[in-house]
Amino acid sequence: MFQIRVHGRGGQGVVTATEMLSVAAFEEGRHAQAFPSFGSERTGAPVVAFCRLDDKEIRLREPIMQPDALIIQDPTLLHQIDVFAGLKADGYVLLNSAHSFDQLGLGELVQRMGHARLAALPATELGIKHIGRPIPNVPLIAGFAALSGMFKLESVVKAINEKFSGKVAEGNIAAAAEAYELVKQQMKEAAHA
Amino acid sequence: MLKQMEGSKAVAEAVALCRPEVICAYPISPQTHIVEALGEMVKSGELQPCEFINVESEFAAMSVAIGSSAAGARSYTATASQGLLFMVEAVYNASGLGLPIVMTVANRAIGAPINIWNDHSDSISQRDSGWMQLFAETNQEAVDLHIQAFKLAEELSMPVMVCMDGFILTHAFERVDIPTQEQVDAFLPPYEPRQVLDPTDPISIGAMVGPEAFMEVRYLAHAKQLQALELIPQYAAEFKEKFGRDSGGLVRTYRTEDAETIIVAMGSVLGTIKDVVDDMRAQGHKIGVLGIISFRPFPMQQAREALQHCKRFVVVEKNLAVGLGGVLYTTLRMAVAGLKLTGYTAIAGLGGRPIPKSSLHKLFLDAEQGALEPVTFVDLDWDVVNRQLEREKQNRHSGPIAENILHAKGMSSSAKFG
Repeated sequence: MFQIRVHGRGGQGVVTATEMLSVAAFEEGRHAQAFPSFGSERTGAPVVAFCRLDDKEIRLREPIMQPDALIIQDPTLLHQIDVFAGLKADGYVLLNSAHSFDQLGLGELVQRMGHARLAALPATELGIKHIGRPIPNVPLIAGFAALSGMFKLESVVKAINEKFSGKVAEGNIAAAAEAYELVKQQMKEAAHA
Repeated sequence: MLKQMEGSKAVAEAVALCRPEVICAYPISPQTHIVEALGEMVKSGELQPCEFINVESEFAAMSVAIGSSAAGARSYTATASQGLLFMVEAVYNASGLGLPIVMTVANRAIGAPINIWNDHSDSISQRDSGWMQLFAETNQEAVDLHIQAFKLAEELSMPVMVCMDGFILTHAFERVDIPTQEQVDAFLPPYEPRQVLDPTDPISIGAMVGPEAFMEVRYLAHAKQLQALELIPQYAAEFKEKFGRDSGGLVRTYRTEDAETIIVAMGSVLGTIKDVVDDMRAQGHKIGVLGIISFRPFPMQQAREALQHCKRFVVVEKNLAVGLGGVLYTTLRMAVAGLKLTGYTAIAGLGGRPIPKSSLHKLFLDAEQGALEPVTFVDLDWDVVNRQLEREKQNRHSGPIAENILHAKGMSSSAKFG
């Protein structure tokens, strides 16, 4: 089983992100379970949502406490809650930021986990550029596909088309494609560094 | 057709496939996406003929369902938590009048303290209302139980609650096989009421019944539930034949063949329990699971047969009968009367408290070793509880309990991070 935890704030599409991750996995024939950490959602308040992937039926209903991967939609959360709690030693971290891990004061994490499974993506900027709104979730899903190799970009596109239509879908697909390339590029650079 | 979708949306599609003619709902919290999605389907014309009635309260929702059902329309509503409590008088009327309404209860806690999260307190509070209660383990089963529920309700002319864990199932995206309209039509015939209000052939429904006949009417409600004990497995078998999967039935056992310890539960927590049981089986423990799908009628005989060869059973239940223990445990005690079985109640997950594998694993090991109290509160924070008890002992003006506990929790969490 592969477990993904997504941290963000109300209004950033955190729950939608995990739902779309689950749809992308489903498109590839896998079992997937997405669910929010339930609460009264308020714009700006910290939100957590979860996604499990497996090749067999997923029966487990506990929250994800030891994630294989973290997607952090809002870097200001780093100062507010322990987003890294329980992260597996060989886990993935995708962070929404135009800055590097070192610039964000996460040098220790990079030293501990190496560059290969960590990536920072300016997802909010990509959202503004392609969709006209500062919603980082779709670029981050595509970036995560690139980082983890868990899904193909085409599956992310299918999930986008299931959720959105018309211009919004087009914008999201463009944002996803650019995000995917940016993370791939970052991984190449990390591999040669 | 296999889809990756939200539980509520899946249930809405299943209900629509059952061709309801009247859907009434109070749209404000506590409510789910189920009636929202059904409302959209009615508005778009995708679901017709069907009247969607936006009512002013849950009491009105059930009252409208009573009226529409008595007029011969297949009627559906959904609610949860305080919403269910608010409709209670009409809930009893629906069953008392023998009207085959189907209602989804997206299980949630009951306040005070205010809490919007999952447990089974709401449906369990209606255990004696005369409604049948079927508990879904997964979203697939929630879909399938709704289709079976209409058939069961209409055959017996008695209402059915389909209970599914609020949030844990209703808000979860997972794989669901949505049947075709042809499949559902082949399983569920059009509603043929046993009693109907028809202006061309007037009757009355809802007579006042005095001491001379009340017990007989009540007994017949009981008799119908006894008939349901026969029908539920029949319908599950017919469902399997037509849809190709096991869903519904009275009880479901898992790895109980040589089990010395059997864990009993209802609803989605069965999934987590099965994972723990697989882990423990791999370590050589003789442990299995009994899932109760039909809580009303309660399958005494099937539960007894499932438990009769074990040494002990642990009931993990998401309700608290305050001053007693667990509702499911006390019911099971009747089922195993005369058998020399050790039984334990484990109250877990109240008000949405997560039920992690680790806590269940420890609970089951303790049960095997005879180290459990008769009633255990899983993951209870004894520190804050004891501090409050001490405060009450020391101070007459000890203040509101919920606020005190929140304060104590806030202090402990700031201590953890600070």
